[in-house]
Amino acid sequence: MIFRISRSCFSSISVKLPSFKVHHLELDQLPQTATTTSAELLAYYKSMQLQRRMEIACDNLYKQRLIRGFLHLADGQESIYEGLHAGLTFDDCVITAYRDHCIALLRGDTPHQIIAEMMAKQTGSTKGKGGSMHYYKKATNFYGGHGIVGAQIPLGTGLAFAQKYLKKPNVTLIMFGDGAANQGQLYEAANMAQLWHLPAIYFIENNLFGMGTSIDRASANTKFYTRGDVIPGIQIDGNNVFQVRETLKFAKKHCLEKGPIFIEAMTYRYHGHSMSDPGVTYRTREEVQQQRKTRDCINYVKNIILENKVADEHQLEEIDNTAQNEIDIAVEQAKVDPVPPSTELATDVYVDNQNHFIRGILYKDSILPKSQ
Amino acid sequence: IQMTVREAINLAMDEELAHDPNVFLLGEEVGQYQGAYKVSKGLFQKYGGDRVIDTPITEAGFTGIAVGAALYGLKPIVEFMTWNFAMQAIDHIINSAAKAHYMSAGDQKASIVFRGINGATAYVAAQHSQCFASWYSNVPGLVVLSPYDCDDAKSLLKAAVRNPNPVVFLENEILYSESFELSAEARDPNYLAPIGKAKIMRQGDHVTIVAFSKMVQYSLKAAEQLFKEGISCEVVNLRSLRPLDRETILSSVKKTGRLVCVEEGWPQSGISAEITALIMEGGAFKYLDAPIQRVTGVEIPTPYAFNLEAMAFPKTEQIVDAVLNVLKGAR
Repeated sequence: MIFRISRSCFSSISVKLPSFKVHHLELDQLPQTATTTSAELLAYYKSMQLQRRMEIACDNLYKQRLIRGFLHLADGQESIYEGLHAGLTFDDCVITAYRDHCIALLRGDTPHQIIAEMMAKQTGSTKGKGGSMHYYKKATNFYGGHGIVGAQIPLGTGLAFAQKYLKKPNVTLIMFGDGAANQGQLYEAANMAQLWHLPAIYFIENNLFGMGTSIDRASANTKFYTRGDVIPGIQIDGNNVFQVRETLKFAKKHCLEKGPIFIEAMTYRYHGHSMSDPGVTYRTREEVQQQRKTRDCINYVKNIILENKVADEHQLEEIDNTAQNEIDIAVEQAKVDPVPPSTELATDVYVDNQNHFIRGILYKDSILPKSQ
Repeated sequence: IQMTVREAINLAMDEELAHDPNVFLLGEEVGQYQGAYKVSKGLFQKYGGDRVIDTPITEAGFTGIAVGAALYGLKPIVEFMTWNFAMQAIDHIINSAAKAHYMSAGDQKASIVFRGINGATAYVAAQHSQCFASWYSNVPGLVVLSPYDCDDAKSLLKAAVRNPNPVVFLENEILYSESFELSAEARDPNYLAPIGKAKIMRQGDHVTIVAFSKMVQYSLKAAEQLFKEGISCEVVNLRSLRPLDRETILSSVKKTGRLVCVEEGWPQSGISAEITALIMEGGAFKYLDAPIQRVTGVEIPTPYAFNLEAMAFPKTEQIVDAVLNVLKGAR
């Protein structure tokens, strides 16, 4: 599709960033503005729409019982994933918990692979072995996709350890929620990261609720950016893609020179914690509506596009339709894809699977090692 | 040459650190202090603090960090001061390490060794004295090894470090100070023991005794004692608890027709329970001339008092007793 764009794709647009809150840092170290271009604005808009429409499609598929089990949606938080994608490279590692579909998308999986995985199809990202909470992509340094709240934090710290050990000029972004921030292993890992000057970015997606428990009821100190103790911290608006991007660029430089950093990104989860949570027992519908109306991260980009006459409403609608179409095609394809074959049941238990005896339900159905 | 098991493990780590720059050792007191049990003696001095890394007392944290480093491609050796402390980190051993390869359909690999002392230790009471063999051997995705002598310790640990899977390596503190001959084969820095292979320590015809770790020693003593009475015992040192060497166990039992299983751990859902089931399922049942006998730890938390502690774990005399029992009516 071709847009008639009123200005050159490459002429720069300046965006004022929201204010930061800092811990063991000086405010003047951080940028007050970011620059962007028409092409970049449209790319962000399209990518964030694709993420949102993928999440909404999953919501629908879940209600049709075509996706089962646990499902944690991230609509409302797309700017965080877009911002981290823009602020880091594929040589930087990312690890997160179970709200991971959008990161999988940005790290190179297709909507079809992602949706097919949730629908437990052979064509899914992990052949139907992981499901919605477990996407990975070693090739682009995405390490999951973890179902145990907080466990990804020392794992990510270990990725940062390995980067430093191998003298790579890269960092690891370790993502977790305000709920996981109360796990003890965060403080164990962060302590070692600071002792050993590891390039670890501890990134808290503060969506105000750990499942259904508000931050005030779960955390004695709700200023999560200060909770690294001696580790510097920054609080930002996670719904502002530019602030996320610029903060990650700053954090990467900081990490490589000085060691770990905490970032608290204020955001909001439109859906409940997971599909079993209607999301209204601990907050009001009005609160969710208010957030959608005033703080939506896609609308923020949309408004900049419209204000700067990068595109008009009609052109944006076309982008929306294209994104929707891409998701619809992925869903339809995933629906007709086969489930994993029974031969897939006992593959990949070990790296050298052929050397291992794997017992079946009945002994006679066991898989013998190659040598036997 | 003779050396202690402590020295054999030290030698294995020394050789592997020298062999591959991506191998590193981390844990509590492994560096400057040279190991709570001196197993890492001299390694900090030889390889420096970047590769022999002292951690704070923080099992969940450093185990997770080691697994993360392994996912990136390094080859960590994690020392637990004892396996009892690994309880704080078991989520990373099982959920983060053992399941990663399967869940990612082969995308994520964790080549990592978790090692430390396991089983009964003298006079340290219940929280520091327990066998975890059956716990870890229950988990698909893990390799579980438990060495007995210096040949086992050195050549299995080297094999563990080079194995592409997460490996649980269960050592024994009492054996650390015992000396064994290190065979010419095991002295070779390129020799790796085959994982999944048991070792027949003593050939015999009348009864098979299956054991691992410290219990191999008592089983050999029992066999020696029984030999004087004309009873010929075959002693199988399992060495690898997952994968189990099914072939060696089954063929030994088919030969002797009788089986005694020995382990320090609690019997319920234990290693001997698994081996007993293997005999039933694996085609050796009809070769049995008597019911299998198990010799196991008593089902109690380990007591401190030395007289009670001595009563809590199998010794040579109970193995002799079990062998005589399994042979009852045969002679």
